[in-house]
Parts: sequence; C-alpha cells; structure tokens
Amino acid sequence: MITLEHYLFLGAIIFTLGVLGIFLNKKNLIIILMSIELILLSVNINFIAFSAYINDISGQIFAMLTLTVAAAEAAIGLAILVVFFRNLGSIEVNKINQLKG
Amino acid sequence: MVLYSLTFYLFSSVAVLSALMVISAKNPVHSVLFLILSFVNASGLFVLLGAEFLAMILVVVYVGAVAVLFLFVVMMLDINFVKLREGFLQYLPFGALLGIVLVIELGILFLTDRSSNIYNNQTPLQPIVNEVENTKMIGQILYTEYFYLFQICGIILLVAMIGSITLTLRDKGGVKRQNIASQNTVNASTAIEKKKVKIGEGI
Repeated sequence: MITLEHYLFLGAIIFTLGVLGIFLNKKNLIIILMSIELILLSVNINFIAFSAYINDISGQIFAMLTLTVAAAEAAIGLAILVVFFRNLGSIEVNKINQLKG
Repeated sequence: MVLYSLTFYLFSSVAVLSALMVISAKNPVHSVLFLILSFVNASGLFVLLGAEFLAMILVVVYVGAVAVLFLFVVMMLDINFVKLREGFLQYLPFGALLGIVLVIELGILFLTDRSSNIYNNQTPLQPIVNEVENTKMIGQILYTEYFYLFQICGIILLVAMIGSITLTLRDKGGVKRQNIASQNTVNASTAIEKKKVKIGEGI
C-alpha cells in the first residue's frame, strides 16, 4: 500500500538529486537552472501529496503558485544567461562576478 | 490496490532515474530531454494522487514552455560543454556523501514522525475520491479564497516577462526606422533644396 511517506521519500530523493546537480555541475549554468527546476518539482510533489492525503485542496493551489514562480524564474534565469553569454562568450559560473554593476 | 502500487513504483522510479540522468548526462540536450521525461512521470504521479488539473498544467507549462525554452537556449548558444564538465568527478565523492546523508536524514524524519504527528489516531491515509471533480474544486477556491494570490501570480509573470524582454533586447545600430513626426513636419521649404551644380561635375 502506498502511504504518504512513499511520496515524501520520492520528494526527498528528487530534492537531493537537485542539490547534487548544483554541486556536481558547478560550472554549467544551464544544468544548475535545471537542478533548480528539479528542486521545485519535488516541492510540488510534497504539496500535492499532502493535499491528497489530508483531503484539502489548498495544497494544489500552492503547487500552482510554485509552478508560476518556477516559470518566471526559468524565464529570467535564461534571459540573464543569454546576456551573460553575449558579453563573455561563455557560461562558466566562476566568471559570473563580472555581472556586477 | 496492487495496480496502484505498481503504477506508483513505475512512475516514481522512472522519475528518479531521469532526474539522475539530468544531472549526469554529458550532453545538455539529453539533460533537457530527461528533464521532460521526469516532469511527465511526475504528472503521472499527480494523476495518481487525484490532482488531474495540476498534472495537465505541469505537462503544458513545463514540457510545453519551460523545457522548450531550455532547449532553445541550449541549441542557440554555441557553448563548449566539454570544458564546462571539468571538475565533475572531483566533486562526485563529496557530493554523493552529502546526498546520501541528506536522504537518510529526511527518511528518518518521515519515519519517526509517525508517533507524534497529527494523523496519529486516524486510519492509514488514502487519497480520497471526491464527488466534485478536481478542476471544479480548484476553480471554486482559487477565484474566491485565494483571489489575491492569483492576482499576485499574474503580476509576477508580468514582471518576469518585462524583465526578460528588457534584459535581452538590444539596439542594433544601422537600422532605419520610420519617423512619422519628422515626416509630418516636412513642408516645401525644408523638403526642397536648391544647389548650384558646376558644369561637368555631379553633386
């Protein structure tokens, strides 16, 4: 039988994979953005699992808010990445301090 | 119930494996495609949990918009990805150790919380099938109780749109544009210019 803990474990594993992705690909900005998407996905899984098991629809509303923020974050992040690449010709994270004023 | 468990394990294992491939694939295009696979499987899990509307939104928003945006950026920029992978193995042991510790800690948290949590006296929890369908329930609550949050969502998306346009917009020199105001102010004295041309020479 699938309990709430199963879904929480799944969320924890995907969250950890997202954090690990930021650790391992610390030079590649695109993979880092994708790892952030994975982390937000695990947050969504937790929200919806709690919403279903407590039988309260509010969790799904908050999952929708997370989705909105994730979409906005991806758009802004990729826009910054494009500008960064245009100026420096590379997307290495350790050069990113040149973005400051 | 057996079918439910099998479906859960199928979807969740594919989601976890593709999430692993997202962070370990050599080619970022493959990474994006595995990200799409992960999101599709997560939306399958959402259907299992009875959140059909969110599942469809996840497919439409993530696979249809965000993942395609990622693919677009990966393919548009000419990036040397081999150079970016330097140091991957260097951080692998430490990262793996950290990940294992994190998962074990979270697992302990979930398992020991059983004795003191708010569901203690209830029967084992199951997703409850409602009489009202999921989309209708979300609509009923989203436009009444959470109306301000909904509006703020719209503002966030607007700000994100304006921000990304202003970031990537650049003015190219040498583009000729129509200036209607200057066209309208032209009269006979400014439009015609008299010149004396010497014989045998051009202007």
